[in-house]
Amino acid sequence: MQQTAKCDLLNTIVLVIETGITQPMPQTKQLPKSPTGIEGLDEITGGGLPTGRPTLIAGNTGCGKTLLSMEFLVNGIKQYNENAVFVSFEETADDLIQNVASLGYDLQDLIDKKKLRIDYVKVERSDIEETGEYDLEGLFIRLDFAIKAVSAKRVVLDTIESLFAGFTNDALLRSELRRLFGWLKDRGVTAIITGERGEASLTRQGLEEYVSDCVILLDHRIESQVSTRRMRIVKYRGSTHGTNEYPFLIDADGISVMPITSIKLNHTISSKRVSSGIRELDAMLGGGYYEGSSILLSGTAGTGKTNLGIFFACHNASLGKRSLYIAFEESPLQVIRNAKSVGLDVQQYVDSGLLRFESTRSTSEGLEMHLARFHKFLHDFKPSIIVVDPMTTLITGGNIGEARAMLSRMMDMFRSENITAMFTSLTQGGEHLEHTDLGVASFVDTWLLLRDYEVNGERNKLMYVLKSRGTAHSNQVREFVITDNGVKLIDVYLGSEGILTGSSRVSAEARASSTEINRQNILEVQRQKLKYDREVTQAELQSLKARLEMQNLELKNLASVEQLHLKDETSDRANLESARGKGRSNDRKK
Amino acid sequence: MTAKSNPADAKEFELRLYIAGQTPKSMLALQNLRRYCEEHLKGKYRIEIIDLFINPQLAEGDQILAIPTLVRRFPEPVRKIIGDLSNEERVLIGLDLKELA
Repeated sequence: MQQTAKCDLLNTIVLVIETGITQPMPQTKQLPKSPTGIEGLDEITGGGLPTGRPTLIAGNTGCGKTLLSMEFLVNGIKQYNENAVFVSFEETADDLIQNVASLGYDLQDLIDKKKLRIDYVKVERSDIEETGEYDLEGLFIRLDFAIKAVSAKRVVLDTIESLFAGFTNDALLRSELRRLFGWLKDRGVTAIITGERGEASLTRQGLEEYVSDCVILLDHRIESQVSTRRMRIVKYRGSTHGTNEYPFLIDADGISVMPITSIKLNHTISSKRVSSGIRELDAMLGGGYYEGSSILLSGTAGTGKTNLGIFFACHNASLGKRSLYIAFEESPLQVIRNAKSVGLDVQQYVDSGLLRFESTRSTSEGLEMHLARFHKFLHDFKPSIIVVDPMTTLITGGNIGEARAMLSRMMDMFRSENITAMFTSLTQGGEHLEHTDLGVASFVDTWLLLRDYEVNGERNKLMYVLKSRGTAHSNQVREFVITDNGVKLIDVYLGSEGILTGSSRVSAEARASSTEINRQNILEVQRQKLKYDREVTQAELQSLKARLEMQNLELKNLASVEQLHLKDETSDRANLESARGKGRSNDRKK
Repeated sequence: MTAKSNPADAKEFELRLYIAGQTPKSMLALQNLRRYCEEHLKGKYRIEIIDLFINPQLAEGDQILAIPTLVRRFPEPVRKIIGDLSNEERVLIGLDLKELA
């Protein structure tokens, strides 16, 4: 228990270093904010973008500025009932409508309902001749007209610096832009202005970031040929905000930001147990894993890690718990087929929707993106069981230090959601067994070790519980047997010849059992003999009894004959006496 | 192209001046425009003045950003000249009334 506390403290320290934020962001008495409705972004901005003020979103080409802006508007319309204007300097309205249709946004519908207005502002230098002084009042008038047309509360200008391509008078443009920001503020609209990333400053003109109240920087980086999208809030006037770089995803559902580092170690602890799917293993652990704990399953190749993982997932799915299986090396169908060979029908749980497979190549994305993806899985599927198989493959997507930090955050993420998570770890041949590449041993709550035991020309699998926080776990080594009907843990044969596994165990057991049979036979013979003896005695007893009865009868007979004889004699004598008459009394006196 | 079609021979120039209120810049532009037209296009031009403060919806059609903007609607192609039109030479070039020297 003390160890657990110590470790948690360590984690906290690690987390503090990682996050820089230790206190939850205060929500009260801050300037009003307009929620973006984008998962995670509202969290790191402490509620959204500043209401009635301009926000700059800067980033290179293709990092999601337009998409983020559009999501802000559409979510505003759909979720917060705030109408919007999108002023596009680059794409025509039709292009925009088409581009976001893939996210399920029907902009045309919103336009028809007068909730959204897309204004395409074409800036082309070729057909514009400049002579003398001018200003951009026309743009202001158009904006004003658009805002009034739909009573917009949210406005996006994408990308405003296109103006610099259309006009030659930079000084004038700069002052007009400054005026525009002020003008937007006066209108009280929550505005997003997008800008291309400059070389030395956040934007090419180096102007927008100073006049915006909030600056969000989007970034798309390639490291070791793996791309990661990141987001950082550079400034936010009058508000605290997350300061780190947060990875974000763009997928079929749009943008989701994962504020990983805001995860705190204040999750609730459960003392409920979760079955491992193997009865004998539950018994070894004193009832199963703790709910919400992390389990590390390490072993060399072919020791049955995946099998244990799939049994764990399926067993819990059969109990009605949502299980998520993240496979980095196998496709779902492969896992399902392989599980069938050990007598497990995985498909039924997949069909019932309780078991979900997510197969992905570890190298397909950066570590942060994997983490962000996991976060999304948690949010979408809300599993209570997760199996990551194998976690060691994540190293190939980055360096060990990063992988380690990412795993610890991933475990924290799972713990905070009270998810029981199993990670398999492949130990390379020749490595010390009680060692993980990623050094995550201190983070996990339960560590099961699977190992080969090669003897007499065969390889057998052994399993033991290396550590299990807070449980009275068995210290026994068990033999791990994969049969056609599932996985079994068998007590190893501990005899005079030492620990025996596999066929040695079977033969030793056979030998032991033949000795036993011999003994049984001898006993049986003895038992039969005694029984026979007893029966003989009984028979003798019976015949003796009969004889006794006979003798009794004879004796009785004899007595009755005697009595009869006496009676006859008496009557004869009486007759005689009566015949003699007198003398009777004399006789009696005799 | 300009030399071939020679826009100066066109029947009538259709010009549109976009302004936003009676600002000095707009007034100057109008003055300048009238002067050039009288000099170079006498009798074959038509000027339409659009005040975007009154008709803001018209800004979108001609893609007006800068004020004042002069649009030559006819003859085609459509040309735009922004600013107070103080540089006569540039205006005439813009309207294809003068060959580039």
